[in-house]
Amino acid sequence: MHQVDAGSAPLTVSAPVDAGRAASPEPVHRRRSWLRGLLRQRLALTGLLIVAIYVVVAIVGGWIAPFSFSAQHVPDRLKPPGGAYLLGTDEFGRDILSRLLFGAGISFQVGVIAVGISGIAGVLLGLLAGYVGGWLDAVLTLIMDVVFAFPAVLLAIAIIAMLGSSLANVMLAIGVVNTPVFMRVVRGSTLSLHQATYVEAAVSLGASTPRVLARHIFPNLTAPLIVLASLNFAFAVLTEASLSFLGLGNKPPSPSWGSMVSSSYGFLEIAPWAALFPGLAIALAVLGFNLLGDGLRDALDPRLRF
Amino acid sequence: MRTYLLARLVLVLPVLFGVSVVTFSLIRLVPGDPATVALGPDSRARPEDIAAIRASYGLDEPAPVQYVRWIGHVLGGDLGKSFRSGRSLTEELALRLPVTIELTVLAAVFGLVPALLVGILAAVRRNSGADYVATVSTLVGISVPNFLLATLLVLVFSLWLRWLPPIGYVELNRDPLGNLRTMLLPALSLGLPFAAIMMRITRSSVLEVLDQDHVRVARAKGLPSTSVLRRHVLRNAAIPVITVAGIQVARLLGGAVIVESIFGLPGIGRFVFEAIGTRDYPVVQGVTLVVALAFVIVSLIVDLLYAVVDPRLRTAS
Repeated sequence: MHQVDAGSAPLTVSAPVDAGRAASPEPVHRRRSWLRGLLRQRLALTGLLIVAIYVVVAIVGGWIAPFSFSAQHVPDRLKPPGGAYLLGTDEFGRDILSRLLFGAGISFQVGVIAVGISGIAGVLLGLLAGYVGGWLDAVLTLIMDVVFAFPAVLLAIAIIAMLGSSLANVMLAIGVVNTPVFMRVVRGSTLSLHQATYVEAAVSLGASTPRVLARHIFPNLTAPLIVLASLNFAFAVLTEASLSFLGLGNKPPSPSWGSMVSSSYGFLEIAPWAALFPGLAIALAVLGFNLLGDGLRDALDPRLRF
Repeated sequence: MRTYLLARLVLVLPVLFGVSVVTFSLIRLVPGDPATVALGPDSRARPEDIAAIRASYGLDEPAPVQYVRWIGHVLGGDLGKSFRSGRSLTEELALRLPVTIELTVLAAVFGLVPALLVGILAAVRRNSGADYVATVSTLVGISVPNFLLATLLVLVFSLWLRWLPPIGYVELNRDPLGNLRTMLLPALSLGLPFAAIMMRITRSSVLEVLDQDHVRVARAKGLPSTSVLRRHVLRNAAIPVITVAGIQVARLLGGAVIVESIFGLPGIGRFVFEAIGTRDYPVVQGVTLVVALAFVIVSLIVDLLYAVVDPRLRTAS
């Protein structure tokens, strides 16, 4: 599982992917009862289902929304769920369901781009550090250690505070603070794969370094990377929500889920639904990606530990 | 042991240097000129005013010169002064840091105590009710952000039950009980997601050790199960738990920004949040530096704890 700040564990691989593993088929000692296996399986499927719904809503949400995200129905302010407004209205009389549907797109966009940034940067830096080694490895590892020394949310806040509050900067900040997570895993795996006989063989046959990295090492990293991407997506959604709760990112009336919670916080007592539904959406989306990531890890490589 | 400690200390120095460079560079990310921001919204500021501000903050010099000057001041305990209030950051932080430390310590306690108890129980009685509760609450805990938990806690305990105040702060030395009342909800908002992570790592670490041969031997020779657990399992399971706890405790400081802002606690988290609104860059810079330093120090303490828990590290060169 992953999560950094607002509730997440560090991604440390204590048992790096062992290149020679396939040759020694020692069974993993895990006495999982069939019940537990089934439960985990069911949880992973639930995660997949939540993620699928989230992605579909993110893509088509704007079209299926009954109202515009900014349409203010002034006489219908703070209406409870039901009737024309399935999930009620907020303090401006805006339909919460419509705003949630539009907001999914923002959250998804941030997730894709932020995970893309940290994934691409982390893979490139990790491959370089792990394969080239030497002073380059030392320097890159140090830089990642330094980035890791800042709590992710605080560093993201600081970056956005300096660059200016915009959705693009939110994506960039989340991407930057999460790069070390990818870099560490890729570096660790590359280090051990570097010693593998088939890599040595490829090098002896005269394969260039880019070719070795792209054709022989990278394909072995796909399993951990898929798991990491899913868990990181959870982190990105959660962090985007936290940042938009603090008012960083898109300006109102943009329907970011986090900002929906914060703007209706003042009306919590008379209209709790205005804060609770967006909150539920955030928690479900994060839960979905966490469940999916865990399930993928169990399915792809139970020895990964992040 | 001494070699181990020295090696750790030496390894920390480059990270500290890097942290200082990153923090210093933060202010250079600001598009345009921080000096015009310092002068406030009055856009009719004269060029000579801007130049004076630039000079007073050393912004008119080359970056390396600025860095050396800045780091000299920081090492001397001077973190600069706020653009807005003009007050010394060191003094401001001295006032606010205790609030954040109290919040973090409370959150750590609220997180660790249930996490360790339930995590160990869930591992020992695998597939029992306790294990199921641990699994489900972990999943919920890691998926609910601090601010949402805070919102829910305020709704239930402040607005519906009216047991605890939704906002405000009472100083610890003035009224300890009142202080606890104002700190309880923030500490829970911060501590419960932390508990979820720790519960998960505790459960999996204990499970892993339970599967090892030496535990089977201890059982086979007839040791009572409590002493197997205490002497053979928990001690070995402690290392990953301590590692994650160390990182996560330091990370609570990031969550403190959100939680302090919601509950109106006068800690460094709300301080930095307000500074963002007023574009008070030196404050953002100063708080970021202090928090990263705290992280590095906590990591060092964790390394020392390893040596306490694991005698192999003490004897290793």
